[in-house]
Amino acid sequence: MDCYTANWNPLGDSAFYRKYELYSMDWDLKEELRDCLVAAAPYGGPIALLRNPWRKEKTASMRPVLDIYSASGMPLASLLWKSGPVVSLGWSAEEELLCVQEDGAVLVYGLHGDFRRHFSMGNEVLQNRVLDARIFHTEFGSGVAILTGAHRFTLSANVGDLKLRRMPEVPGLQSAPSCWTTLCQDRVAQILLAVGPDLYLLDHAACSAVTPPGLAPGVSSFLQMAVSFTYRHLALFTDTGYIWMGTASLKEKLCEFNCNIRAPPKQMVWCSRPRSKERAVVVAWERRLMVVGDAPESIQYKQLTIQVLLDRLVLRRLYPLAIQICEYLRLPEVQGVSRILAHWACYKVQQKDVSDEDVARAINQKLGDTPGVSYSDIAARAYGCGRTELAIKLLEYEPRSGEQVPLLLKMKRSKLALSKAIESGDTDLVFTVLLHLKNELNRGDFFMTLRNQPMALSLYRQFCKHQELETLKDLYNQDDNHQELGSFHIRASYAAEERIEGRVAALQTAADAFYKAKNEFAAKATEDQMRLLRLQRRLEDELGGQFLDLSLHDTATTLILGGHNKRAEQLARDFRIPDKRLWWLKLTALADLEDWEELEKFSKSKKSPIGYLPFVEICMKQHNKYEAKKYASRVGPEQKVKALLLVGDVAQAADVAIEHRNEAELSLVLSHCTGATDGATADKIQRARAQAQKK
Amino acid sequence: MAFPHRPDAPELPDFSMLKRLARDQLIYLLEQLPGKKDLFIEADLMSPLDRIANVSILKQHEVDKLYKVENKPALSSNEHKLLACRAAFLFSVDLVNADKLAGRTRKYKVIFSPQKFYACEMVLEEEGIYGDVSCDEWAFSLLPLDVDLLSMELPEFFRDYFLEGDQRWINTVAQALHLLSTLYGSFPNCYGIGRCAKMSYELWRKLEEEEDGETKGRRPEIGHIFLLDRDVDFVTALCSQVVYEGLVDDTFRIKCGSVDFGPEVTSSDKSLKVLLNAEDKVFNEIRNEHFSNVFGFLSQKARNLQAQYDRRRGMDIKQMKNFVSQELKGLKQEHRLLSLHIGACESIMKKKTKQDFQELIKTEHALLEGFNIRESTSYIEEHIDRQVSPIESLRLMCLLSITENGLIPKDYRSLKTQYLQSYGPDHLLTFSNLRRAGLLTEQAPGDTLTAVESKVSKLVTDKAAGKITDAFSSLAKRSNFRAISKKLNLIPRVDGEYDLKVPRDMAYVFSGAYVPLSCRIVEQVLERRSWQGLDEVVRLLNCSEFAFTDMTKDDKASSESLRLILVVFLGGCTFSEVSALRFLGREKGYRFIFLTTAVTNSARLMEAMSEVKA
Repeated sequence: MDCYTANWNPLGDSAFYRKYELYSMDWDLKEELRDCLVAAAPYGGPIALLRNPWRKEKTASMRPVLDIYSASGMPLASLLWKSGPVVSLGWSAEEELLCVQEDGAVLVYGLHGDFRRHFSMGNEVLQNRVLDARIFHTEFGSGVAILTGAHRFTLSANVGDLKLRRMPEVPGLQSAPSCWTTLCQDRVAQILLAVGPDLYLLDHAACSAVTPPGLAPGVSSFLQMAVSFTYRHLALFTDTGYIWMGTASLKEKLCEFNCNIRAPPKQMVWCSRPRSKERAVVVAWERRLMVVGDAPESIQYKQLTIQVLLDRLVLRRLYPLAIQICEYLRLPEVQGVSRILAHWACYKVQQKDVSDEDVARAINQKLGDTPGVSYSDIAARAYGCGRTELAIKLLEYEPRSGEQVPLLLKMKRSKLALSKAIESGDTDLVFTVLLHLKNELNRGDFFMTLRNQPMALSLYRQFCKHQELETLKDLYNQDDNHQELGSFHIRASYAAEERIEGRVAALQTAADAFYKAKNEFAAKATEDQMRLLRLQRRLEDELGGQFLDLSLHDTATTLILGGHNKRAEQLARDFRIPDKRLWWLKLTALADLEDWEELEKFSKSKKSPIGYLPFVEICMKQHNKYEAKKYASRVGPEQKVKALLLVGDVAQAADVAIEHRNEAELSLVLSHCTGATDGATADKIQRARAQAQKK
Repeated sequence: MAFPHRPDAPELPDFSMLKRLARDQLIYLLEQLPGKKDLFIEADLMSPLDRIANVSILKQHEVDKLYKVENKPALSSNEHKLLACRAAFLFSVDLVNADKLAGRTRKYKVIFSPQKFYACEMVLEEEGIYGDVSCDEWAFSLLPLDVDLLSMELPEFFRDYFLEGDQRWINTVAQALHLLSTLYGSFPNCYGIGRCAKMSYELWRKLEEEEDGETKGRRPEIGHIFLLDRDVDFVTALCSQVVYEGLVDDTFRIKCGSVDFGPEVTSSDKSLKVLLNAEDKVFNEIRNEHFSNVFGFLSQKARNLQAQYDRRRGMDIKQMKNFVSQELKGLKQEHRLLSLHIGACESIMKKKTKQDFQELIKTEHALLEGFNIRESTSYIEEHIDRQVSPIESLRLMCLLSITENGLIPKDYRSLKTQYLQSYGPDHLLTFSNLRRAGLLTEQAPGDTLTAVESKVSKLVTDKAAGKITDAFSSLAKRSNFRAISKKLNLIPRVDGEYDLKVPRDMAYVFSGAYVPLSCRIVEQVLERRSWQGLDEVVRLLNCSEFAFTDMTKDDKASSESLRLILVVFLGGCTFSEVSALRFLGREKGYRFIFLTTAVTNSARLMEAMSEVKA
């Protein structure tokens, strides 16, 4: 029986503890641990060791070695430290090793010693150097807190989303605080520090002095402080050998203890087992270990979720095990197997000794078309490792061509990106690539690329039409597209140019372009327009009134309406206005003027090329039946009936129609027989019809 | 008079959901800027917005003032500004910059509809105001104009795609189809013709595949979808419309489903904005009718109405009470609508029944049938010489060109010269546009005919030999209209008078002279459930690569949904086409649903191609 309790020691009144070895460490340490910076990751994660030569004499020329071990001491990585002096090491919740250098640079490594990235803690830190640093964990992620040589604190609560906060100054702080720690209260990261007998709490807004409730009197300095992993509890060790334990909010004391050892402890940490109600603080001196505890209410522990567990396995490259767990738990593919495979692929692309072809093939064989796997993500990783060719090969497996584009651009394969973007049918994507290309290539090459891609070309043209007119011109020039160049200058002559000389010049350029385009029609028309513009200008000068921008037809009409018949005729000759048009416009203009005399003279000047029916129509439009009748008599036989109907002479129209024996004309007249007086006429037509049928 | 649907015709899906969706999304966007705000809205979006959310809804969500964006900045006092715009948004840039100059700082939100383009952000950035505004999208791409008509309200689609080759709206089309298939189930049978149709379709399929398949289990409500590019059939869109709804559109311009009737229609001194859709009982009965029937119908209706009013005379008090409380309101409403449409008819008659219109229609029919080409050409020339109307003249020239495979070089030159003399030299650009779009082209000279081509034309025995020669020699986009017309029997053989009161076929929408090509294609493909046997037509349409069929073996489609057909017009459809297909639906027991980038007509097509300085 006694074998169960033999190694249990009492702790307080109702609790016991025992010490036994779970497993032995596999490592073969060459260094004394005391000479190293040591960081152990939470949740039984890896352990990092960095021999710290900078602490000792400055002459140490040997480069230090960074070793990473698993929690059981299996070596995971070992590398020579080539950067600057390191002040502090720590693991993020994602099991990334953060190495805080003296200059405030933080270097980030994976657990296999692979360099990930680095960031800086800001200029203030760089100038004043890092005195001390802590890596801490909150529910938002892992943070870094820095104490600088100027005794100021700078912190970032989440290195994944780096936002630096410089904490307010502690009034009167001349030397480094005797001890300090980070807290996290109400989702805000804070710093608790001790200066002599005083405790200060810093948040991003203020510095406030705080006093722990029930603190024994006589404390002149705090030597050590420890906060529990969940930030709920705090322990303070004073120069009187007194330990205060309470809530981190400093609102409640849990217990106190006087150990009578006044030497500053090397380390003080909270420890407790999962789901245990016991909480204890372990204090360590050089050759002494002390456990101080009490047993109040329960503590909640966050458990690792299955996703985090899988992530941990993936980080340790235990892919088959992870996949088996996924399958066992029947996780949906996207969350489970596909995700693990994607991670595996990302690892695979880093195997530099395997050829691009083999890696690509191996990945495709395993992944196939597994839903939720993004080949472009894997390709991005390959590119990150400097394997551009492999990245391109992997992209080939990406079914959504649009997804390929951003990486291709990043890899400067813009032309390939352009064709992929076009393939995707997403014009926005095409446009993005175009602007990339525009900046990347010289103008000539850019235009050449466009020339082979009609869809992109028209997109870019549309853009230029609205935003960069000059570029549009260059684009046409490059393609020797003289037709469009001509149109471009025509447009310019209307839109851009105010002065008549400028407009004529623009038109001349247009005409030249049209000649080059072998579009003689457009060239001639443009030259005519130049002549017309000049003439209109002259007319305005000589006659007054508005001529500019009228069409040729309207110019002639305006002249006639102004009584300048001679000028109108001259214009018609100069610009080869066809006879028919001239007659129409003269007829209309004279009727508008109600110059019936002149109209009659005009009608008799020669045989009308448009016949005389239009005269009848136009006179009727001006409600002049008298004049209309004059012309009705001159209308040729084919249109006689129409003319007579126009002037309202239904009876005579009937006679003519009967004479013509034309069925269409007869029904036309009949449809006009509406008035009471037309009854006789209608009968007459009906009779004629009947007679025609008899024959 | 209005033809009833066959009793077995399927019910239409409820498209009012689309409106609610758009409205909710708009409200969500408005609420993103809490507090009072001004809404600046681009002129093009004004009418569609009005159909989605009226002023009181906007007020409820604290829109203080509503501005139509003109080119000058308006002064406003509110802290927030919302700008809703299409792709052209330079106005908003000016607005923000004007405020900046005046030293005012406000919150701005630019809402792009139906989608934000990368270029938009870029311009904001270049103008240096990217940081001053927040951007959002109002994915409002489908406006139900009527129970069977959805419009994307993208009139610019036609010019952007068919003239400028700009494909950015295709994505919008694909998104719209995706929305429809999400809401109403996927379409088991798909057909299409035209390059744009094919691209839109493929992009839509891609979207469907990327989706997790939430919609896949849905029972499809719409059994067939047919996509059609406007340039497959320009002819129909270029014809004068003679069914009532089309004629109202040609005469008064229907905008976003409503029309402004001027004083000459309302016979008062005010204009009246009238919503034209199936809810207007009078309109619903005449919308698809040939105009020649409408007046008679309306007067009959007026007589009936009078008779119903007259019933009052013999009533006792109780009956009178009933009459007043139950029937009178309906009768009055009908009365009001009736007098409006009678007014509209009168106004149309005044404009259209003149000799000129008869001649015009006669010429159009001659062009469609391909006789008296010289006479028609002279008619067009006279039309131009007399400066009747620049848009009409242009339309006739295009109709001549397409039906004749391009103008002969002599006519091409002389008509253009005449046109420039009449309507101004800047139309040189219009002609360049029309040629690019394939609407007005020149026949290549006959001597380019190669030996092979002449051999082929010898093999053709019918009268079309000459035309085929033309087709070979023409390098530009060829219309081959005549051959297609013959193949598809577009010009009905008429013995005696075509009875417009009891139409036999879809040709009634053009007075019995012509079956709309687009509608005939839809009819033929639906009949065959494929393009089989239409190879020659497809070839003549130059669409060999772009005619597709895609049938999913989906037995979930009920026989009812299989008779519900969605026809998608890319580049616009006309009311005549809508009427023709509605007629076809009634004949065959189908129900057609129309989705168009915008409702169009000949004038709108021509204006889109015109390039006259403002």
